[in-house]
Amino acid sequence: MSASTTEIAASEKPATKRKSRFSLHTRRDKVMLALLLGIPAAIHIFFVWVPALLSVVLSFARWDGISDIRWVGVQNYEQIATIYPPFWPAVAHNFIWLGFFLLIATPFGMFLAVQLDKELAGSRFYQNAFYLPVVLSLALVGFIWQLIYSPDEGLINNLIGRTDPENLIDWLGNPSINLYMILIAASWRHVGYVMILYLAGLKSVDPSLKEAAAIDGATDRQTFFKVVFPVLRPINLVILVITIIESLRAFDIVYVTNGGTNGLELLSTAVTNNIIGEASRIGFGSAIAVILLVLSLGIIIPYLFRTFRAEAKEA
Amino acid sequence: MTTTSSPDTKDKVATAQVRAKWRRRGLQTFLFITALVWLVPLLWAIYTSLRPYSSTAEYGYVSIGGEYNFQNYADAFTDGEMFKYFVNTLIIAIPAVIIVLLLSSMAAFVLARFSFRFNLIMLLLFTAGNLLPPQVLITPLFRMYLEMPLPSWLSSSGLFYDSFFGIIAIHVAFQMGFCTFVLSNYFKTLPPDLNEAAFVDGASVWRQYWNIILPLARPPLAALAVLEFTWIYNDFFWALVLMVTGDKRPITTSLQNLSGLFFVNNNLIAAGSLLTAIPTLIVFIILQRQFVAGLTLGSTKG
Repeated sequence: MSASTTEIAASEKPATKRKSRFSLHTRRDKVMLALLLGIPAAIHIFFVWVPALLSVVLSFARWDGISDIRWVGVQNYEQIATIYPPFWPAVAHNFIWLGFFLLIATPFGMFLAVQLDKELAGSRFYQNAFYLPVVLSLALVGFIWQLIYSPDEGLINNLIGRTDPENLIDWLGNPSINLYMILIAASWRHVGYVMILYLAGLKSVDPSLKEAAAIDGATDRQTFFKVVFPVLRPINLVILVITIIESLRAFDIVYVTNGGTNGLELLSTAVTNNIIGEASRIGFGSAIAVILLVLSLGIIIPYLFRTFRAEAKEA
Repeated sequence: MTTTSSPDTKDKVATAQVRAKWRRRGLQTFLFITALVWLVPLLWAIYTSLRPYSSTAEYGYVSIGGEYNFQNYADAFTDGEMFKYFVNTLIIAIPAVIIVLLLSSMAAFVLARFSFRFNLIMLLLFTAGNLLPPQVLITPLFRMYLEMPLPSWLSSSGLFYDSFFGIIAIHVAFQMGFCTFVLSNYFKTLPPDLNEAAFVDGASVWRQYWNIILPLARPPLAALAVLEFTWIYNDFFWALVLMVTGDKRPITTSLQNLSGLFFVNNNLIAAGSLLTAIPTLIVFIILQRQFVAGLTLGSTKG
């Protein structure tokens, strides 16, 4: 797609001359232009895209990093799907993560933004409270919430009086609940993030649109769903993509909690646990990374396609 | 609420106004409570950090009484050698932010102001690269870092692996996608005559970039600088995998050691966590405008 749109964009250029014509530049300028784009592009491609593609290559190999590489075809993928215990839980947890963010955290952030946009008294304070966690790292969020979830020293168990060894609730140690506890902690930050982005979008909506809807007798809810939400389509799309990507990227908060084990397996931790420390299963780790790559590109490519096609039309 | 007030609809309007007032009050209460709930984790961490372990051991964690002081902060700072880790973070974050802004503004300048054959493909590549999960590249990158030599004055290990230089390099390469995307959108909004006038005057491409476009881009550069500093400061993953020497790790990654060091002393962990949060809280308080601008620059256009 991109090659053909570039052609079109390029062939249409001479008529409506907006950008500088390349051919008019001196040789020195051409060299300079090539360097200005070439150096950043080379660094980006070498450190990001070359490893991403090498993940694909290495996923067909068995290699411990010391002895010779052995090419084993799709054996790594077969073993991941059949005999690697953390894999299916990791897939399930990534999807639960996505579902929780998509159905609860993101809509709640959008809801808060819509309420704050009404600029009631105290909006500034509310906004700051929701936005505060956004500047913190997810690793730190993990530590701060451990103070709340800790079985005998944590806030919750002390408040509800379940600190005795026989009745305490191990919020982060019990594999049937710990994922949801982590999701609440992660949402503490994600909600604020969505709120900030959406609030900026809402502020950009032409107020006369809302006024017109109000004069026509629309309720607040109707105004939002029928007028504001459709106008904000580009931002809705960005928020959707951010929500999905954040769910696939989830790592830090889980890793500081228990390294991605015991109910908290994720694809990202599975990749990391195959190379860090004593482990050195390079082909195996790469194959899990490729699965993560395919899932990510499944989101990234359609998103870019939409965004840049709209842009090519504009130009 | 500007409705026409003919006599017969007056009652309706009045009840509607009363209802609206109550709705507004309900909303206020809801927001107020939610905001308080949102502050609980941080307030709880602050409260815990101010009490010595002996007080919480005696009275319990959810209690009032005993001593309150800053001893945990002093202990976390000295026992956890946190100063060293803060310095490590600065050694990584400051050059990384400067280099990423320089390189991405160069790329964005060419992509936005000149019609090149590969413009769209390059922009796609940068944008897609910024959205990839880091774990997708880490396995080969880890191997590459072990194979790639560096002169000893740049890296005590002689490799990209376990060196500040290597961590800076991956931050620069990975963050470049986002910055290029944001800056190229901004450069496209600048009037096209700027280049043309300069071009007619015979200004070289470099001068157009350095003397004309870059000075106009101060607001987005400032916003991106704040945002990128925060993100790089908050990075946990790259240094976790690519930096093996504990003493060289940046502060966020070394949180892990901290919890091992202060095992079961939640008061110390609280203090250490909050110390780590201070630089980002400064961003929150003082540079909030730039941080939010940086976040929204990437979303409002595109």
